[in-house]
Amino acid sequence: MSLSLIQTALELGLICSLTTLALFLSYSMLNVCDLSTDGCFTLGAVVGAVVAISGHPLLSIPAAMLAGVCSGYITAFLQTRMGINSLLAGIIVNTGLYSVNIAVMGGSSLLNMNKTDTVFTMVREALSNTPLAGQNKLTVSLIAVTLLVILLTLFLNTRLGMAIRATGDNPDMVRSSSINPVFTTTVGLCVANSITALSGCLLAQSQKSVNIDLGSGMVTIALASLLIGRTLMGKGSILTQAIGMVVGSFAFRMVYTVALRLINKPFLLKLISSLIVVLAISVPYLKEQWPTIRRRLAWRKEKKVC
Amino acid sequence: MLNISHVSVTFNLGTVNEKKVFSDLSLHLDPGDFVTIIGSNGAGKSTLFNAIAGDFYTDAGSIELNGQDVTFAPSYRRARHIGRLFQDPMRGSAPHMTIEENLAMAAGSGGWFSHLNRVDREIFREKLALLDMGLEDRMRQPVGLLSGGQRQALTLLMSTMNPPWLLLLDEHTAALDPATAEKVLEITRKVVEEGKITTMMVTHNMRQALDLGNRTLMMDGGRIVLDIKGEERSRMTVDDLLAQFKMGAGKNLDNDRMLLSD
Repeated sequence: MSLSLIQTALELGLICSLTTLALFLSYSMLNVCDLSTDGCFTLGAVVGAVVAISGHPLLSIPAAMLAGVCSGYITAFLQTRMGINSLLAGIIVNTGLYSVNIAVMGGSSLLNMNKTDTVFTMVREALSNTPLAGQNKLTVSLIAVTLLVILLTLFLNTRLGMAIRATGDNPDMVRSSSINPVFTTTVGLCVANSITALSGCLLAQSQKSVNIDLGSGMVTIALASLLIGRTLMGKGSILTQAIGMVVGSFAFRMVYTVALRLINKPFLLKLISSLIVVLAISVPYLKEQWPTIRRRLAWRKEKKVC
Repeated sequence: MLNISHVSVTFNLGTVNEKKVFSDLSLHLDPGDFVTIIGSNGAGKSTLFNAIAGDFYTDAGSIELNGQDVTFAPSYRRARHIGRLFQDPMRGSAPHMTIEENLAMAAGSGGWFSHLNRVDREIFREKLALLDMGLEDRMRQPVGLLSGGQRQALTLLMSTMNPPWLLLLDEHTAALDPATAEKVLEITRKVVEEGKITTMMVTHNMRQALDLGNRTLMMDGGRIVLDIKGEERSRMTVDDLLAQFKMGAGKNLDNDRMLLSD
């Protein structure tokens, strides 16, 4: 495998690991499977692209994150105040975001940023006379991921962060600590979705284009990365787990790149990611069930019944 | 301290499953009261606690806590002044978080963005040492690793960390083995006495109901059928209590877990 392939896997893995970190917050900590992730990823991408195209590459990042906060707030509002099941709330927001995203792109489903100043082109110019020249994608994504891992770890160890973790663990205990679980769920989803949007914004700018399907399947890919990361790094401190998310994303991209090289059919990415999620969740379950299954099979064989 | 006046609670109103739990129930507690509550199955003991803690709002009447009307205050607001322990030792703490993190949540000091610091840890260590369970050396372990008794003792510590106005104990030793139950009860007695905390405790142990506290309530069918304190209470035996119950409720006490002996 060539070096450039590894590099692409690394860059993509790093940018998408931000979404994994977002799911780490919503799925692992808050115990909410946020299915609006796909739409929110695209939302971040289109908002970031529109702002960059209008000539404000630096502003595109906070703008995309703010859009993510709004999306997260709506998902949280639906599930905490409107009595809508959390999975359904995510799906509803995801569906609605499709229209919103096209509206943000001014009615088209594709935006091109070939001649646009983006965060990546700015960094490329800044690095042009240094040894890091040409490594702008890697540099930007590495900085973003490092910052996010540190900030997220610090955040999850504050009182608010602990309250968010406790909400996923035992909401009764949060209530008896005089904290409203509605508040912690809302904050958690807002933060998680702002990170998802940031991830989408960076991916769009790094590949200089955005289309409406950019985020489709992102939630499964991120979930696969999360589960791989958890398996590889175990359940240590928050920092270890957060680093595990990045490692998992990279490992997923490597597996995917290798698989793609071997079968040479890019459209299989989503099937592969689905399979990884299925395996990662079902294998530990089946392993636990295995002794019982074996005993039952033996029993059937002996009694000749079915 | 606690003033419940004319409270009514009906579950599933307007359906075939409609169940009237309380109608026009009133109860007054003085500051420092330690009330033990016994009663038959479905008497409404737990419902009474849930209504006081704010798990649901009552259909009629008002609840006052230390002079504040909390009838429509959400449960997380009331939790600031009400400590609560359940029969299930798992309900009071977050299993995947460490002991010190659980204590920090309960302490609730500092702003939203404050971190656990050395001073906090020192305080937690001292408090944990009082439990005499060796938990002070396991502060960075997840609570899920503790035994039921340890978790219940930890929950007791958590709910009295900031002395509450009212402590609700809903058969909090019933799921523990006898030795551990005795120990948790001993800690409860100590914490309540030292903090002079107004306490309500549901128990199914008649002897315990008479030995602990300064007042005993017996409940049946959503009513308080017996309310004894002072001289009368101190002379009472378990047999007297049963006879009194029969007089008040017009039937024998039926509680499948009731312990008549000690």
